[in-house]
Amino acid sequence: MEYYCGIDIGASTAKLVIIDRAGRIIAKAIGRSGVDYAKTSEQLLTDACADVSIDRSQIAGSLSTGYGRDNVPWADAKMTEIACHGKGAYFHFKQCITVIDIGAQDSKIIHLDDAGKRKSFKMNRKCAAGTGAFIEEIAHRLSLDISELNALAESSTKDISLGSFCTVFAATEVLEKIRAGVNVADIVRGAFGSVVKRIVEMDRIEGLLVATGGVVAHNPFLARLLGESFGAEAHIAPDAQYTGAFGAALFAAEQQSQS
Amino acid sequence: MASSVELKDFAASKNMRGVMGQYFTELCGAEAAGKKVAWCTSVGPAELLRALGFLVYFPENHGAMLGATRMATDLIPEANARGFSPDICSYLTSDIGSYLKGQSPLNKMNLPGPPKADVLVFNTNQCRDVKDWFSFYAREWNVPCVGVHTPRAIGALDGAILTSVARQIEGLVEPLQKIAGVKLDYDKLKEVVRLSRKCTELWKAVLETAANVPSPITFFDGTIQMGPAVVLRGTQEAIDYYEILLVELKQRIADGIGAVQGEKHRVYWEGMPIWGKLKNLALQFMELRTAVVASTYCNSWVFEALDPDKPFEGMARAYSELFICRSDEPKEAYIERMIEKFKVDGVLYHNAKTCPNNSNSRYDMPQRIQGKTGKPFVIIDGDLNDLRLYSEEQTRTNVEAFIEQLSQG
Repeated sequence: MEYYCGIDIGASTAKLVIIDRAGRIIAKAIGRSGVDYAKTSEQLLTDACADVSIDRSQIAGSLSTGYGRDNVPWADAKMTEIACHGKGAYFHFKQCITVIDIGAQDSKIIHLDDAGKRKSFKMNRKCAAGTGAFIEEIAHRLSLDISELNALAESSTKDISLGSFCTVFAATEVLEKIRAGVNVADIVRGAFGSVVKRIVEMDRIEGLLVATGGVVAHNPFLARLLGESFGAEAHIAPDAQYTGAFGAALFAAEQQSQS
Repeated sequence: MASSVELKDFAASKNMRGVMGQYFTELCGAEAAGKKVAWCTSVGPAELLRALGFLVYFPENHGAMLGATRMATDLIPEANARGFSPDICSYLTSDIGSYLKGQSPLNKMNLPGPPKADVLVFNTNQCRDVKDWFSFYAREWNVPCVGVHTPRAIGALDGAILTSVARQIEGLVEPLQKIAGVKLDYDKLKEVVRLSRKCTELWKAVLETAANVPSPITFFDGTIQMGPAVVLRGTQEAIDYYEILLVELKQRIADGIGAVQGEKHRVYWEGMPIWGKLKNLALQFMELRTAVVASTYCNSWVFEALDPDKPFEGMARAYSELFICRSDEPKEAYIERMIEKFKVDGVLYHNAKTCPNNSNSRYDMPQRIQGKTGKPFVIIDGDLNDLRLYSEEQTRTNVEAFIEQLSQG
């Protein structure tokens, strides 16, 4: 049996996926990207292979993506996370879609046509606003664990707006709201709303709205707010945190079959 | 990470280093030689200044050197602390920072630094910042600062504008004669304009070789090769240089040699260069087998309206029909012509934080041009000199993703 492997080394976490010829995920692994991407990639591959008792020699093709895509010694090829998130998301929906990937350090809006061909893309500007880093910063300010955020935001009853573009200034706004006695749940919802606003102002959507990345995987309420802001339902891709790695594995399979 | 490709230099570049070295040496020795120095904006009335016997210094060239040597990012804060905002032109802030700190790339050529001006001559066709920049030095040295106030966002270039600009240039003659201590020799002016026009024709011919597939020259080469067209237009030296370079480019075409080995894609660069990252970007595009074949920037020193028989009117038209001082309609028509002429697959817009006048992605232009031409675009955020405003990773990914998109066909 032949398998294909994709690895997405992002700014915060590294994700690895092994698929079979039909594009079914048979193994996944995740870990901190760390400072030695080659070592991280090696560990994830070893773990994933061990989990499903396959030998590396059974991996017929591999492809890396994400910020660390150039630092995966065993990858046969590399592509950007824009290509891979698009590929991974399209696999599940097979129609004209707008993919919104919210990562730790950047956000992307990717437009694909009915055939899955990319029409255009946009990345956020050089700023942490509208990314996972912003949410992490707010969680830190509120002394919350990131895992608590989604439920808190969902329980909010008030729409509190954070007006600033800047993560640092928004954090200052959070301090003001704490001083003013605003409910923590409302502040968290306000932070989610801030991320959504930064994304909505990046680009328009066309076709089905599909959300990918770790932020929506762990905070589906944020995806709901995103959909509401765009006036469309936001579909969270299956295994949304792994969409980039999954897309990379699909490309690896495609490239292997072409060669 | 080591690159798998190597940049190809031109044999002619050796001559350029000599020509440019001589230019700076002469400028720095002006006082000892009893010559007057005029500072001039890069698209200012250089021909008039040369005809009056001034040695002409272009501080924007120094700004580019500060960027390319990556000295700018350390020097800009000096100007910021003095009162020049980090949000304004980073040529201005890096140059003033260089002056305040007494550090210049010219020091590496064993030269003391930029020459002190006897007069500063601006043209606002580019922006207001050039006047503010020159005014700083005028106050520092107590020397005159004069110039031409060209309108901006010009749609149709009508007679009223041309007459106004021509009269303004002509109006500079009297104050400049007093500073130069000589009377303007009209025949000399005509000769300088003729030489400048010849330089422009050759520079344009150099840039147009990039219409060939594969292109023998890239935008990144152009940013270096344009030196003489900027600082030595109106001299025989510039003409001699471009004649040599043009022969080399024609030979590359005859031999089927492209600047980018295995050229697969062709991109147009709209906006300022990112001086401190020229080499990285040139290598990245080369690795992606993409030739950045043409740019608004390098073509901005093509002054076809220069007319030796009507020097003032010709200068007025040449320096007012430039891309930078036009409204979006002529700008769009210009880019569309360039896309066609250079067989471009896609357009990259550099949104330079401190240079709004050279950033054309802010008013929906990329979307309009894509709508008309069908050519995709990408916008990268950065700056000409201030690398604090540049994200290496984001740019790398944006460029790579854009070329992936072009590869889809």
